[in-house]
Amino acid sequence: MNMVSYEPYVTEDGRTIGDAVMELRNITLRFGGVVAIKDISFDIREGEIRAIIGPNGAGKSSMLNVISGFYTPTEGEVWFEGGKRPPMRPYQVARQGIARTFQNIALFSGMSTLDNIMTGRITRMKSSLAAQALWWGRAQREETEHREAVEKIIDFLEIQHIRKTPVGRLPYGLQKRVELGRALAAEPRLLLLDEPMAGMNVEEKEDMSRFILDVNDEFGTTIVLIEHDMGVVMDLSDRVVVMDYGKKIGDGPPDEVRRNQDVIDAYLGVSHD
Amino acid sequence: MADRGASIDELCSVPALLARNARDYGTKPAYREKEFGIWQVWTWTEAEAEIRAIAMGFLALGLERGEYVAIIGRNRPAHYWAMVAAQMCGAIPVPLYQDAVAEEMAYVLDHCGARFVVCGDQEQVDKVIDVQDRIHHIEHVLYNDKRGMRKYDHTHLHWLKEIEDEGRVAHSRLEPELDRRIAELTWDHTCVMLYTSGTTGKPKGVVLSNRNIIETARASCEFDHLGQDEEVLAYLPMAWVGDFIFSIGQAMYAGFCVNCPESPDTMMTDLREIGPTYYFAPPRIFETMLTNVMIRMEDAGDLKHGLFKHFMEFAKDTGETYGMPRYRKKQSKPTLRRRVRWAYRYAMGIGFAIETIVENAVRLFFVKLRHPVKTREHFRARGPLLNLYPQPLRDYFNYRTGEVLVYGPLKNTLGLSRIRVAYTAGEAIGPEIFEFYRSLGINLKQLYGQTEASVFITQQPDGQVRSDTVGVPSPGVELKIAESGEVFYRSPGTFVEYYKNAESTASTKDPEGWVATGDAGFFEEGTGHLRIIDRAKDVGKMADGRLFAPKYVENKLKFYPDILEAVVFGAGREKCTAFINIDLTAVGNWAERNNIAYASYQELAGHPRVLETIQAHVEEVNKSVAEDPMLSGCQIHRFLVLHKELDADDGEMTRTRKVRRNIIAEKFADLVDALYDGSSSIYTETEVTYEDGRKGSIKATLEIRDAEVAKPAQNGQVAA
Repeated sequence: MNMVSYEPYVTEDGRTIGDAVMELRNITLRFGGVVAIKDISFDIREGEIRAIIGPNGAGKSSMLNVISGFYTPTEGEVWFEGGKRPPMRPYQVARQGIARTFQNIALFSGMSTLDNIMTGRITRMKSSLAAQALWWGRAQREETEHREAVEKIIDFLEIQHIRKTPVGRLPYGLQKRVELGRALAAEPRLLLLDEPMAGMNVEEKEDMSRFILDVNDEFGTTIVLIEHDMGVVMDLSDRVVVMDYGKKIGDGPPDEVRRNQDVIDAYLGVSHD
Repeated sequence: MADRGASIDELCSVPALLARNARDYGTKPAYREKEFGIWQVWTWTEAEAEIRAIAMGFLALGLERGEYVAIIGRNRPAHYWAMVAAQMCGAIPVPLYQDAVAEEMAYVLDHCGARFVVCGDQEQVDKVIDVQDRIHHIEHVLYNDKRGMRKYDHTHLHWLKEIEDEGRVAHSRLEPELDRRIAELTWDHTCVMLYTSGTTGKPKGVVLSNRNIIETARASCEFDHLGQDEEVLAYLPMAWVGDFIFSIGQAMYAGFCVNCPESPDTMMTDLREIGPTYYFAPPRIFETMLTNVMIRMEDAGDLKHGLFKHFMEFAKDTGETYGMPRYRKKQSKPTLRRRVRWAYRYAMGIGFAIETIVENAVRLFFVKLRHPVKTREHFRARGPLLNLYPQPLRDYFNYRTGEVLVYGPLKNTLGLSRIRVAYTAGEAIGPEIFEFYRSLGINLKQLYGQTEASVFITQQPDGQVRSDTVGVPSPGVELKIAESGEVFYRSPGTFVEYYKNAESTASTKDPEGWVATGDAGFFEEGTGHLRIIDRAKDVGKMADGRLFAPKYVENKLKFYPDILEAVVFGAGREKCTAFINIDLTAVGNWAERNNIAYASYQELAGHPRVLETIQAHVEEVNKSVAEDPMLSGCQIHRFLVLHKELDADDGEMTRTRKVRRNIIAEKFADLVDALYDGSSSIYTETEVTYEDGRKGSIKATLEIRDAEVAKPAQNGQVAA
């Protein structure tokens, strides 16, 4: 069996959306008796911004954790880049080119912005522990290479002024940006953003939206996004998956989803029997 | 006129100076920019190659002689290069303010008729594209930063790097043409066109010739002994004449290195890393720096706070004498012989000092033994042991101790350790702020200048620096004061004309070349220093005929870290009143320490305790104003704290952050009326413009307070 196949097309603003990079087939996730995700299937195409929305407790973050390999689905298959993905540890998934940010900021608060982003390069470091400790040969050369990559990200995210500031001292909006930087440092093929704009003011949201679009545009990174702010989702994403009570209730371009009666019900609240 | 500068006739244009620098200082750094966390360096040879490549790229696109090339962006080497490249092609660079909104930009772009626009980044390109459907003469838009530009229609849009490469590829074809055009440049070709910031009315295009710029650069470099090894940080708006003179005029003439910060936010860090030797800033920057220092000292521990207070108090009187950097003498590299001599002298000096102290101690001991009572009397009268030395020497020792403990570290934190010459201009600086920096041993001086004069009209020579004057006429500048009190000048730097505005040219510059400054001033008797009272338009009379000089009072108010901006009203009125803007950093910090919660600028500005503090400041200012018999009428009777910061986006200030008095008076007419009709509070709605151009409105009820007015000094009343 192969993954679904699509014809590439070019969006209005000039981005190319290619074939599917990831496909989730009939994913079910149970914790004991609780069913977090119930038989969900969808796919993610190369170069697109795919949003997952839904009310609280709909299972969005669990879905993201399945994609990032943190949870192994109870049933169903994850297909990534043409092949079926066997159960994996999260670091193995990270090596495959999937990076993520977290809903609650998970940075090393005592370390500087620069060092935090540097940790994102970890999957790409090849020198041995001994070489690192002795600061010899490959370790030295690698440091330079990685520092250069990190500096490009710092430049990209416009956080030069906090390069050496411990992230614990930064305001929330900037910490979120640093976290995005760390995820980008891994040069991911697939970037998972878990509520990147939660708790931000309008200006910070605008900035963050611009960065997400730029990441997608400049690096061609495929992005999966969970977000509550409907305005943001509708503006940013190419396709939206709507979840409610662990089930998929809608899937398609933002305009289509907006008109979907199930979606409207889920958001406005209709009594469930 | 033509014989002036004949000795350097071949260096009559910026490209010619560039060629000389590449020849003489080829391997020395010409430009630095922090990129990706590292200072990238271009030597003069490399810079010349880059500039020539850009120039050839321009030629390939068909840039003609005498055309105008608009440049919009923050300070980056590539933008400076584009300006010089345009000059090489015989075209005229027109730098614009990068933070101007599309509307403001449209006027200037339309007025200068530029076919080529060089933009810094996507933001600027967007603005230009925005106005392009109204202004049809823009043909080519070039950009420097590629980010976000991929999906734009590139038929008339070019990446500067690609243009450069095109120029390099076609160099065999274009090189002769370029050299021909460079050779054609003379003293009288236009060097640059700069738009005035427009304190009043529409901006005017000031045409400055090569003679203006290069003669001015030469005179000013000689005045301050600026050499090839200076370091400057280019961070002021490129559209401002100051930046053009410092970063292009003087840098090219003297051949020193121009450093560009990484981003506007990192300016202070970059300043520290570079440690400029020559520095230029409007008073606002110095005010902000001082505010930050004061805030951080408030947060510091008692020991540090005490040390700071003690030594700053001490430096007030002594800094001028003991702190200033010594004049630099040209010296060759130290030879071994000279080093040995220095070592010997130091050793002898230390030995002598120890010997003196020991000898004094021993002698004192024996004296005490012999005449215990007398000694005690004697020493009680003369104080502690150090008093054996004469006062100046003691002050010197004290100052050096302060240098180690306070001044040195402070200067280092501010990035001003290596300053030899620093200038402040653009507006009057508060005397207390000025003296603070002087007492630290920073050679901060004032100059008085204008775009129309290629900056320099008067400046202060080393050793004759005072806060209340703006110095003596710069070399080559003639000054006269009209009967009305307005200052007129004539100099080699005097502008050619206002572009497409013969009427304004005629009203500003008379046929003999005298230019009206629009400021009122007088020469001080004895010293020959010029004192500027205020803008001639602003200085007025109050209803009872007393002198009204708002700037004077405002600057006194702005000395307080809590006050960011003040606008004083009173022309033609019975008494003076004021609008005050609080400084969010300083007041916010104070609020935090005093457990005052606030949600917004507006709420903080209206907080009763903030008002109390401000009232105390106003009353102190009143006291100090009352001491001046001429200006005692300018005491502030009533004031209010504004609910929003005065902002250039709302038109309340110019892009160089000067207050636009008339516009403020008009816009807040209801508030001004309330200040005079005796009411104790006023409800108001104000329209604001956000950075992205959208508009909104702020509603607020402002409290108006009465401030206590001090009695004018006695002798003042007699004099009046």
